[in-house]
Amino acid sequence: MHTETYPQLVTLVILIPAIGAFINLFWGARLNELAVSAIATVASSLAFLVAVLLYAYLVNNNYQGVVVNPPLLDGWIRIGTSVEIPWQMRVDTLSVTMMLVVSGIGSLIHMYAAGYMHGDPMFHRFFAYLNMFLAFMLILVTGNNFLMMFVGWEGVGLCSFLLIGFWFDRANGVGWRNSNAARKAMVVNRIGDFGMMMAVFMIFWTFGTLDYYRPGEIANPGFGTHGAEAAHVEGEAVAAEGEHEEAAATTEATHEETTAVVEGEEAHGEAVAAFTNNDHIPTEQLGVFGKTMRWIEEGGHEVDFGPFSLPFETVLIIITLFLLLGATGKSAQIPLFVWLPDAMAGPTPVSALIHAATMVTAGVYMMVRSNVWYHEAALTSLVVAIIGATTALVAGFIAVGQWDIKRVLAYSTVSQLGFMVAAVGVGAYSAAVFHLLTHAFFKALLFLGSGSVIHGVEHGHHLAHEGHGHGDDHGHHEEAFDPQDMRNMGGLRRNMPVTYITYLVGTLALSGIFPLAGFWSKDEILADSFIVGFGEGQLRGYIAFGLLLIAAAFTAFYMWRQIELVFHGDARSDAARHAPESVATMTVPLVILMIGSIVAGFINTPANVLGLDNLFGAHRFTDWLSATVVNAHAGDFQWLLALIALGLALGAIFLARTIYGKASPLVGAEQRDPLAIGAIGRAWSLANARLYWDETYYRLFEGPFNAISRFLADTLDWRFWHDYFHNNVIRDGFNAIGNLLSKPVDLGIIDGVVNGIGRLTRWLSGAVRGVQTGYVRTYAITLLLGVVIVIVVLLLPLLQTNG
Amino acid sequence: MEATGLSLLTVILFLPLVGMTIILFIPGDQGRNIRYTALGFSVVTFALSLVMWASFDPNVAGLQMVQRWDWMPTFGISYYVGVDGISLLLIVLTAFIMPIAILVSMASHIFQERGREKWYYLFLMVLEWAMLGAFMIQDLIVFYIFFEITLVPMYFLIGIWGAENRVYAAVKFFLYTLAGSVLMLLAILYVGNQAGTFAIPEIVSMVHSGALTFPFDGLFSTQSYLFLGFFIAFAIKVPLWPFHSWLPDAHVQAPTAGSVILAGVLLKLGTYGMIRVLLPIFPEATVAWAPIVAVLAIIGIIYGAWVCYAQDDAKKLVAYSSVSHMGFIVLGIFALNGQGIQGSILQMVNHGVSTGGLFLIVGMLYERRHTKKLADYGGIWKALPVFGAISLVITLSSMGLPGLNGFIGEFTILLGTFGSEVLGFFFALFATLGIILAAVYMLYMFQKVFMGELDKEENKHLPDMNWMEYAALIPVLVGVFLIGLYPALFFAPMNTTVMELAAQVGHFVTTVAQAVP
Repeated sequence: MHTETYPQLVTLVILIPAIGAFINLFWGARLNELAVSAIATVASSLAFLVAVLLYAYLVNNNYQGVVVNPPLLDGWIRIGTSVEIPWQMRVDTLSVTMMLVVSGIGSLIHMYAAGYMHGDPMFHRFFAYLNMFLAFMLILVTGNNFLMMFVGWEGVGLCSFLLIGFWFDRANGVGWRNSNAARKAMVVNRIGDFGMMMAVFMIFWTFGTLDYYRPGEIANPGFGTHGAEAAHVEGEAVAAEGEHEEAAATTEATHEETTAVVEGEEAHGEAVAAFTNNDHIPTEQLGVFGKTMRWIEEGGHEVDFGPFSLPFETVLIIITLFLLLGATGKSAQIPLFVWLPDAMAGPTPVSALIHAATMVTAGVYMMVRSNVWYHEAALTSLVVAIIGATTALVAGFIAVGQWDIKRVLAYSTVSQLGFMVAAVGVGAYSAAVFHLLTHAFFKALLFLGSGSVIHGVEHGHHLAHEGHGHGDDHGHHEEAFDPQDMRNMGGLRRNMPVTYITYLVGTLALSGIFPLAGFWSKDEILADSFIVGFGEGQLRGYIAFGLLLIAAAFTAFYMWRQIELVFHGDARSDAARHAPESVATMTVPLVILMIGSIVAGFINTPANVLGLDNLFGAHRFTDWLSATVVNAHAGDFQWLLALIALGLALGAIFLARTIYGKASPLVGAEQRDPLAIGAIGRAWSLANARLYWDETYYRLFEGPFNAISRFLADTLDWRFWHDYFHNNVIRDGFNAIGNLLSKPVDLGIIDGVVNGIGRLTRWLSGAVRGVQTGYVRTYAITLLLGVVIVIVVLLLPLLQTNG
Repeated sequence: MEATGLSLLTVILFLPLVGMTIILFIPGDQGRNIRYTALGFSVVTFALSLVMWASFDPNVAGLQMVQRWDWMPTFGISYYVGVDGISLLLIVLTAFIMPIAILVSMASHIFQERGREKWYYLFLMVLEWAMLGAFMIQDLIVFYIFFEITLVPMYFLIGIWGAENRVYAAVKFFLYTLAGSVLMLLAILYVGNQAGTFAIPEIVSMVHSGALTFPFDGLFSTQSYLFLGFFIAFAIKVPLWPFHSWLPDAHVQAPTAGSVILAGVLLKLGTYGMIRVLLPIFPEATVAWAPIVAVLAIIGIIYGAWVCYAQDDAKKLVAYSSVSHMGFIVLGIFALNGQGIQGSILQMVNHGVSTGGLFLIVGMLYERRHTKKLADYGGIWKALPVFGAISLVITLSSMGLPGLNGFIGEFTILLGTFGSEVLGFFFALFATLGIILAAVYMLYMFQKVFMGELDKEENKHLPDMNWMEYAALIPVLVGVFLIGLYPALFFAPMNTTVMELAAQVGHFVTTVAQAVP
């Protein structure tokens, strides 16, 4: 209603990292490392700062989102009046949450990368890509229509491709290169993009627009009194948390809240805009979600697609299923998750930022954004729940059998994304975003920790083999030694205390140990699926709850296995023995992320739990989100459930400690996993072989695809169509007709013409071996015939008028 | 409407011919003068085409800047030029591609081997004239003449300055296209005879006012035969699957500039002809045949892309990718709605820019290493960082990455296909599979050439890009980003014309549905 300049700031969120990328891409080569990393990190931090300002704006505006038309940009795809897709942005509680996570975690990872990438010849290019990634990711989350989301979606995919293949000249195992991994990621994601594109077409022809919301539209008409209550409790909560203010994204954001909320309270009275619902807006002027709610309210809506028409409910199921296909690509779910573990070929900060904390959550963001549809499409919800929960379990199982420190984390990420997707499936949208947020902290922490470990082990390897001539081209003589293999580690807690402590906290947070961040978010997902299953008797709830509970136990187990193998026990290689602790630019982000992993869960503590709500407020995050997410609801805390989950996690940790602890048989680098024995051994081998998933895909799809490709190209297209058909049918046919016609017509002229053209061609084409005169002859005849036909037929109308 | 004096279009059209005449009188050993004359004339032509764009009125559906002189009044044949929303961008594209083709020739070594530089640039000038003529002319007979004249300079460009099998490829190229257009000539004569004129706008208005009817009662009737007479000529030119087997030869054998022009402009004569002739003159047959044509287009999209993946020759790969990309354009045209047709016109420009760009890249690699085999490369990005980055952008644009030009065209075409009255959901579904395959083969090529280890000694010290190469590639990049980020600029001039055309054709959808059960 009122045009405000304040939310225009959102343009800067994208622009600043884009400028950073631009500078480093074009001038970075001439700058030194410090300048390059400073430009990139400052750009990222400024984006975070702007996100915080936008957060404050929303608090002031009673959490109500706005649509922003960025200055200077006048539309994007506009075809007359039939298609209008603008560059337009959306500032609301969901997009700001994502902005805070992306730019906040992003800034820490930029800082870390300055240390990690030290000495790389392509240092500037790395930071340009990182900033470029941020810009695209922020386009993805701030866009106000599905096509802008798709721009970001593809943009981050491109950055992912570039960064996975950052060391594109390196091999990665036998017959597998980093560039293969990069290509695999992009191609697999394209399959998901196919779903996105189809969804977008269908959305357009159903709603006539791709906009989420139109200016002035209220996202969640039901949101109102709720928010005010929440804001009230916040003020107190924040005071208690003040000391962590510098810690991390959320806490910093909370700090802003203290001041903002006070004003918010005062402004509350008049800031509640003239309208609290969209009833005054005609249907055709609503965005896609507003239209959906209107049509569902009215009932019986049919969508006309030209040749056929469908009931609106069916349309929603199809749209959401296509979107889901997109999500399984980007968020690495079954059946498209296979690219993510290979994506670990990229430098570790990339794994942390793109392939754990932010980009891979895009699918979850997209589904939560479309919660109005998923809420209505019961069939899709069931599919989503099954896919998410199965992925969580399968990936958790595979993680147990991996030796590569990053690969464990990769499968863990797939598994945790499965938790979020399953949460969407059971309608726990706020729990999904909550877990997205807490996961961003501890998974980024774990990846950066693993990077610190790898870095340390690599250096240890160099130190242990001093004199072998270390130096510029590192990565060459390391083929025999794998610094990421956990069998080469052990006992690192002594040399790397900061990494150890932070990693330990990350592990506990991920395992869901009270009161760390993961406990709260994972518990909310479990509780919600429990209620949907056992409370409401829905199949999706039973499936999600059952599978996720087991997956949670696996999580704790593989993480503790990692702790034991990497940090505890004795060093199993010289490299591990000599590994030094990482530099401060790397350890400081670890500490900050550790604090985040401890406290991030408190933003959404449930009501009535140990009086914590007096301290932190009750489901404040859910309230915040529900201003945008229509179907966000706060779950009840289930005491019994929480205790069961906690007990399972602790049990799994204990089990892992028993198996891999001090009494571990794994004393040398060559030893087998203690689980690889007997009946369990067979299961472990399956996990170790990653369930032969990639091999199966190869056999089912890639192999046949290649075979068909060769068949089409060599046999069908070339030998049959190009050679045989052309030579025997077209050319010979031509010659036959030519000879037939040339006999009666031939008065010696044609031969003359043919020879003339033959000579001309020979002269012009220089030393051509064997000009095919038969060919040229035919062609000359054709030309001649053409001319004759033209003349004859041109004379036809004359004949007609005469007759 | 008719201008006295010379219309801007006439000036643009004959400027290359003036350039040709001047080159004719420059002695053959003055290579430098010849080159810069050609470059100068092509640049001025491009500048004038931009002036034309600037003075174009986007709110007029019909022809603008018309000039008409009687030529053979007895037969109703006239020199008749005009520009509307359909041809505007294609004229600009032609004028845009030409200086690039000349620049990349200036940087080439072919004349050291083959000589005859003067004739080369002479043919290029003739080619530009013929292509511009084909897009501007509004008289069917004269259109046919220009359509055919384009073959002659191209024949010599391939046959003289091409690779090993150049004569075979040149003759095949000539023969195929010529044979295809024989039927078109017959159809043109029939139509002209019935209408009493060959002027397209007059024929169209007669058709839509009911003064002229071509009997139609199904897939096989007089109107359909006329439709097919034109269609086959255009389909071979495009080339639409399965008429594509001349294309790989022509592209692989042609010199770089030849490939750039062939992919950039010449193929569009086919799709342009479809929009200019088939849709307005044979609307019922168009509607009836649309699903069948669309199936061929989709087979082409998928087949072309699939065949690409098995290629070991970079140029052949790009050639087959044209089969796939041109399939999208044909599909969009036969969606018969505003989105589809506008997407197609824009995609013609996009394909010219992106695939033209890919041929430039392959050509520049060939200049350095004298091989087009993918296996001879690998890790080139390390040796040529800027070239690698530019190549990546062009590869991505061809793949349809949002924010770059290719995406806008593909998206709009598929959007139109999905919402089409005659095609719809399943056509869109199968065509959209093409975007997966595009990623498969484009990234395959990029990885093979630019990524991986820089392990071959010959590749380690490749010369950096020279200014002529920069000058050729930078306009391509500008096109890629400008169209990708601000497509509204390009849709605006075509909208009025295309919407009227779509409405005209759309009018027949229901009537044909009743005629053809």
